[in-house]
Amino acid sequence: MTVDAVIVGSGPGGATAADVLTRAGWTVTIIEKGRNHLLDPDNPSRLAQDYSNDEIKFMHRHFLGPDPLIEPRTFRLSEDDGERAYVGAVNSIPSTVGGGGTHADGKVPRLRPEDFRLHSTYGPVEDAAVADWPVDYDELEPYYAEVERLIGVAGTAGANPFAAWRSGPYPMPSGTPMYGAVLSSAAAEARGLHPYAAPTAANSIPYDGRPACNNCGHCAYFGCPIHAKGDPVAMLQHALSTGRAELLSETFVSRVRTNGREATGVDVIGPDGVERTLGARHVVIAGGAIETPRLLLLSGLEHPLIGRYLMMHFQTINVGIMPQRLHAHRGRSVTHVHDDCMLVDDDARAAARAAGLPWIRGGLVEHGGGGHPVMEAQFYPWGPHHKKLMADSPLRDRLWAFIMQGEDLPQTTNRVDLDPTVRDARGFAVARITFRPHRHELVASAHHGPRHIRVLEDMGATWTTTTTSPLVPGAATESPFGDDGGGSYRGPVSAIPASRHVMGTTRMGTDPTTSVVDAYGRMHELPNVVIADSSVFVTSAGYGPTLTLVALAARAAAALAG
Amino acid sequence: MPIWLNDDEFRTLSAASSRLIPADETAGAVEAGVPDYIDGMLGAFLVDPPRIWAGGPSSGRFGGSAGFSRFHQLTALDELAWRMRIEGSLGLPDREFNGPVIGWQQVYRDGLAALGSDFCELDGDDQDARLRATGEFTAVLYEHCCEGMYGAPEYGGNRDTVAWRAINFLGDVQPRGFSDAEVSEP
Repeated sequence: MTVDAVIVGSGPGGATAADVLTRAGWTVTIIEKGRNHLLDPDNPSRLAQDYSNDEIKFMHRHFLGPDPLIEPRTFRLSEDDGERAYVGAVNSIPSTVGGGGTHADGKVPRLRPEDFRLHSTYGPVEDAAVADWPVDYDELEPYYAEVERLIGVAGTAGANPFAAWRSGPYPMPSGTPMYGAVLSSAAAEARGLHPYAAPTAANSIPYDGRPACNNCGHCAYFGCPIHAKGDPVAMLQHALSTGRAELLSETFVSRVRTNGREATGVDVIGPDGVERTLGARHVVIAGGAIETPRLLLLSGLEHPLIGRYLMMHFQTINVGIMPQRLHAHRGRSVTHVHDDCMLVDDDARAAARAAGLPWIRGGLVEHGGGGHPVMEAQFYPWGPHHKKLMADSPLRDRLWAFIMQGEDLPQTTNRVDLDPTVRDARGFAVARITFRPHRHELVASAHHGPRHIRVLEDMGATWTTTTTSPLVPGAATESPFGDDGGGSYRGPVSAIPASRHVMGTTRMGTDPTTSVVDAYGRMHELPNVVIADSSVFVTSAGYGPTLTLVALAARAAAALAG
Repeated sequence: MPIWLNDDEFRTLSAASSRLIPADETAGAVEAGVPDYIDGMLGAFLVDPPRIWAGGPSSGRFGGSAGFSRFHQLTALDELAWRMRIEGSLGLPDREFNGPVIGWQQVYRDGLAALGSDFCELDGDDQDARLRATGEFTAVLYEHCCEGMYGAPEYGGNRDTVAWRAINFLGDVQPRGFSDAEVSEP
């Protein structure tokens, strides 16, 4: 049987493509290499009961995959490290039905018009491939509005003075602010910043047959036990309930088959380990910005830019320890953010000039609290003080942080390719990441970090520090416990970006010599192959990529279906 | 009674755990059952389904079903991963696609032996000196002690949620959740 489209990956991009294509009458097969812990494919109104408030399972035992022993990746800063410097977990977005949507805490901001036009707005930067996108905000706005309704986004229009125009209100009102965010928003405002309720894909009211979030506090890194989170469950439900979509989980796509002019289908290995070929008139690839180029390279596709311009947000983490308890284990992990560090104002221009750069841009700043107790315990030293520290809880219950998701400029040397020898358990070459930040990110981080320390001090912090991810050679971070607390540069592991925001690697554009796909995600060399994930991003902005990649996927699928 | 370690190893594990997370007014690692957590992890495949991932969506502690006590079945690839991690590759070709893997069972067997057969009889300072001398093993042990102490009780530690209560943490709260006031107010 030949379906209209095979969709590789069931995350936000693939699920959205499935929804749009099945609505247009297409038959699709959605293929997911991970397990299905989300919904019953035969009765998609029945949602699985597998997610839970269980730190062991989600944060220490790879429940959502990928398991780094089965599907490792490799990492190096540059070719100077040799073939690789590290083998293991590198930027592991979940490998499961629902993909990265399942573990994210669901902040889904839109980009702003200038984010699509960095080159024409601010100009080039040396050693970076800054370029405009082949699509602009006005063209994408109707798709942003559509996918906000599909996912279910809670937000407050007008709360962010720097936001782009929007054609209508958010589908739901903002949810409950966390106590720490109430304090940090007031302190940030007093310092001239503009915090607002983060647009969040967690139901603030019952929505689309799913309940309102009950603030259980296990949001980032966890699947939602009550399915109140806008992981792509709604789009998968819609697609499957048409009867025109099939979902194959635990099935790995090893190759896109082509006849030289176009794709004819994919080779897959199912849970039984048997390899077979699925015929398809179109192939939609939504594996994420690491697995997507890996599949293209495993398929023997040869465009020289496949895998290039990998971007991952440069995180600047400003931490304060407060005298009072903030109970950040209640609520949605992050409820407030601000955009001020996205602005190229006079101060930012001056800091750029002093560093010999034409401009710098930071990124969205999240107001967030501490994590969960196992992780907290592992930060403290062992011995007689352990339990006192846990009871006092400086690093969990009294911690507040401003985390900036800094814009990471595209560089040709930052890339995904196939590791020459390391294999996954099925025997296929794994993705190798070669990545180091551009000087722009370091300068922007150093410029925007200190003012957040001042806000934390205004909140009453008794101790503050700034660290970054990735850490950079020479960086050292203070710890309240005397030793370096794991915060100093220790070689390649600490150089691996913690941000799960991966972008680039099959850049879109109009010129086939400088881009891999066109403005609708179609590969220049194989026009019936569409990339429907953040691989197509031209630049990284400083915002989480999910809503934008979903809007682009909806637009690409609509164009494909005609 | 340990299910995977032998009695001597279990005694050494208990003594070492109580140095890493000692009791004060409330339970330390041993009183919370951390050695059982670690022994249960090393022997995860002695029970069916293997005690790797507790089920969902709730534990029953705040209403709902006691889903945590129904552990997930593993797929063939899950089982391969967790056998590699726990048992090591053991020279088996299907586990050595990227070379040999040393499993936790070997790490514990060797690490506990390195602490010495007289470890339980030493005084606390001498025990700490041994633990510092076997730093690599102690780091693994401490990581697992923290999991057993502060993870869900269904994994064998944090007995009766004693460790959560000591830090005023409710743990898993589905389907109760938190009210808006509990989220937004001090």
